[in-house]
Amino acid sequence: MSKIKTLDDLNQAGKRGLAALIPSRIKIMVGMATSGIASGAQEVYNALEAEIKERNLDIILSRTASMGMDCMEPLVDVLLPGKPRLAYSKMTAKKAPALLDQVAKGTIEAIKPFYRMDEEEFIVLGGAKRYFKGAAPAYLRGIPTIQEIPFYKKQVKIATRNCGLIDPESLDEYIAKGGYFSLYKALTGMKPEAIVADVIASGLRGRGGGGFRTGLKWKSCRDAEGEIKYVICNGDEGDPGAYMDRSVMEGDPHSVIEGMIIGAFAIGSHEGYIYVRNEYPLAVKNLAFAIAKARKCGLLGKNIFETGFDFDIKISKGAGAFVCGESTALMASLEGAAGEPRAKYIHTVEHGLWDRPSNLNNVETWANVPAILTRGGKWFAGIGAKNSTGTKVFSLVGKINNIGLVEVPMGTPLKDIVYEIGGGIPGGRKFKAVQTGGPSGGCIPEKLIDLPVDFDELRKAGSMMGSGGMIIMDDRTCMVDIAHYFIEFLESESCGKCVPCREGIRRMKDILEEICAGKGQAGDIELLQEMSKAIIDGSLCALGGSAPNPVLSTIQYFRDEYEAHISEKRCPAAVCKALIAYSIDKKKCTGCGVCRKKCPVKCITGEKKKPHVIDRKKCIKCGACYESCKFDAVTVK
Amino acid sequence: MAKFIIDGKKIEAENGATVLDAARENGIEIPTLCTHDEVGSAGACRLCVVEVKQGNRAKIVASCLYPAEDGIAVDTKSERVMAVRRLVLQLLLARCPGSGLIQDLAEQMGVKPEPRFTADTDKGKCILCRLCVRTCEQVVGVSAIGFSFRGADKTVGTPFHENSQVCIGCGACAYICPTGHIEMETTKTGDSRTIWGRTFKMATCKVCGRYFAPEDQLKYISRTAGVPLENLAVCISCR
Repeated sequence: MSKIKTLDDLNQAGKRGLAALIPSRIKIMVGMATSGIASGAQEVYNALEAEIKERNLDIILSRTASMGMDCMEPLVDVLLPGKPRLAYSKMTAKKAPALLDQVAKGTIEAIKPFYRMDEEEFIVLGGAKRYFKGAAPAYLRGIPTIQEIPFYKKQVKIATRNCGLIDPESLDEYIAKGGYFSLYKALTGMKPEAIVADVIASGLRGRGGGGFRTGLKWKSCRDAEGEIKYVICNGDEGDPGAYMDRSVMEGDPHSVIEGMIIGAFAIGSHEGYIYVRNEYPLAVKNLAFAIAKARKCGLLGKNIFETGFDFDIKISKGAGAFVCGESTALMASLEGAAGEPRAKYIHTVEHGLWDRPSNLNNVETWANVPAILTRGGKWFAGIGAKNSTGTKVFSLVGKINNIGLVEVPMGTPLKDIVYEIGGGIPGGRKFKAVQTGGPSGGCIPEKLIDLPVDFDELRKAGSMMGSGGMIIMDDRTCMVDIAHYFIEFLESESCGKCVPCREGIRRMKDILEEICAGKGQAGDIELLQEMSKAIIDGSLCALGGSAPNPVLSTIQYFRDEYEAHISEKRCPAAVCKALIAYSIDKKKCTGCGVCRKKCPVKCITGEKKKPHVIDRKKCIKCGACYESCKFDAVTVK
Repeated sequence: MAKFIIDGKKIEAENGATVLDAARENGIEIPTLCTHDEVGSAGACRLCVVEVKQGNRAKIVASCLYPAEDGIAVDTKSERVMAVRRLVLQLLLARCPGSGLIQDLAEQMGVKPEPRFTADTDKGKCILCRLCVRTCEQVVGVSAIGFSFRGADKTVGTPFHENSQVCIGCGACAYICPTGHIEMETTKTGDSRTIWGRTFKMATCKVCGRYFAPEDQLKYISRTAGVPLENLAVCISCR
């Protein structure tokens, strides 16, 4: 690979990349992010590869990452020259020969595509490229376009612009999508102050949780005294159910790298670190590959674009502690010490890593930077809400039909995310609440479903943006149980340095455990609230400082459920095992015997075609009978 | 000099001083558990929290680390402050029910144990103030002890709780421990002492003949200070 030193070199690489993105031969792309691989994408890839080889087909087989709709993985995209791009969902190795048959024939008879793409957006450059001329071929008109799929309709992709569209290992493809042109512009045509000013103008706020204004952070770090400064990328995403950063690192590692180089130039830094958890092996691999390639091409290292600017990046692998997502704990871990936070009365932009000025931003924040630089801060500020500009990536998980990663403009109503993009609740059940902001965020109830999702609105509702995890809950979720779940997670992730967090969270967990076990006492709710306030006030870092949020927000919106557990010893959602009992409705039971066979402890008896009974003494309340009964004869109270 | 207010009193503090330093200098008592002149502050116990007001904003900070700044108004006994201190003491009472130090502090501040917290039986008297670990690192310079695990499972000890090869048996950790959690046993004759599971042979004073320091400690001092071992063979009383 030749060096990229000039604008001409960039243009050449872009041309090569475009020829690889939209080639003049047939191309098949397999979505091989973690979500794809978990659903069998590797087997699909292997099968396609073997079959192509055996049939000696002139087909380019390539890897890409995830477009976000994880529930439809493995996703395979087929691009025939001069035809719309077709996406096949839930592919299997078995279907590989049939897919190749219809690709060769140019039909869609055997396997129906999930959607088609007529054009590909180039958000950094602005505009889109059509895959074909004129109207879509008649045989494809019945296939919905990606814009017609509700999951994608309201999405605007900036941070995840290239995920699922490019091969994450291809630098050329990244450049074809406008990559590294922003860096070229910054290094050759902009003063560092102007870059900082543009990022301030964009209104970009930190995507990792705090929502601090990125441009202002850069400015403080730039203004801080010290010859050696560091830029750091926080890839220690640790919230249960959140994987926004993982997807970006896996799918578009160069966007993070380019953002960091621009930031380093603006701040006056020559050394960068990406802190990524080792539980993200593919992210580590793709980042390492991208860094090595960028270095080989001269985009990292000495004299980038022959401007005299030097910058390089090292990867530091974390051991998966949630608290290491906190900036000072992360820096302690980078230094080789235990991941414990310190007080931030003196900011890390002045005294951070090895006591030097350090600018830390999250993966998604960095990935936004190149787009802002080329399109301009004003453009970015025009997207989203007033004080929360741009877009935000969310992971939609839990009781929701379309599980996946979505990127929407800030200020998008929660309702649109849950019902339109997310496709509502499985089984037609009722939406109850959504936990935003990760384990230390809060539960937002159904009555606030119209809430526009941005930093300030979420805070007002008693939750927070956090890094963007959204856990959807239906009416079969017990809110006390949920509060207990999050508190238990935080208890195990507390670093143990300060007393309120280390000792307080576990005492809160004990009380919640007792409430769930029917041993709650009068005054527990008030005690939990009182403890919450003192833990929030007294904790050393944001982990303890936000840990009680799930308890406070569930008490705020679902106090009646707490009261039912405590005073009536009843779990309204029928979840807490100590407070529920299963029984079989004699009138509804057909005696089919399914529940009897499903019961793991054999506590259901009954003759064929006659009503069955549950022996409550033996019942472990696993709910297998309830789930398996087709006649709604099993009841739980 | 930073000019600011503590509990309504106008005071001045040296640049770089903490709120705790300034308060103490002016006779205002703030309770602490994890700060010490020799090893500085860790900000871990949170007993020293105070409320700092600046304009319309008020926040709870650890006074042992918060720098004294011009124009701030510090309240060392506000409702919010007392709520944090009360909880910290109740939590420590439950963690270390056998600690006289915590009981006394709680009594002084009128804090009663919270009946909903079940007393721990496995934590001894360790409140994880980190004084021992910092002393071993910063004062002694050997880092023989540190932390294992995290959260409520966090414990102080030697790596893997095995006999430490770098421990010199000086006992500084036991000396600084405010609750008496760290045990150091000396034989009746005084010829050896045991700490962190390892037994250290004691050296005798060349003059009075009494056992006065672990041999390993004398060797360590000799090595690090460049003093011949024989110069260290006399105890402090006989020097």
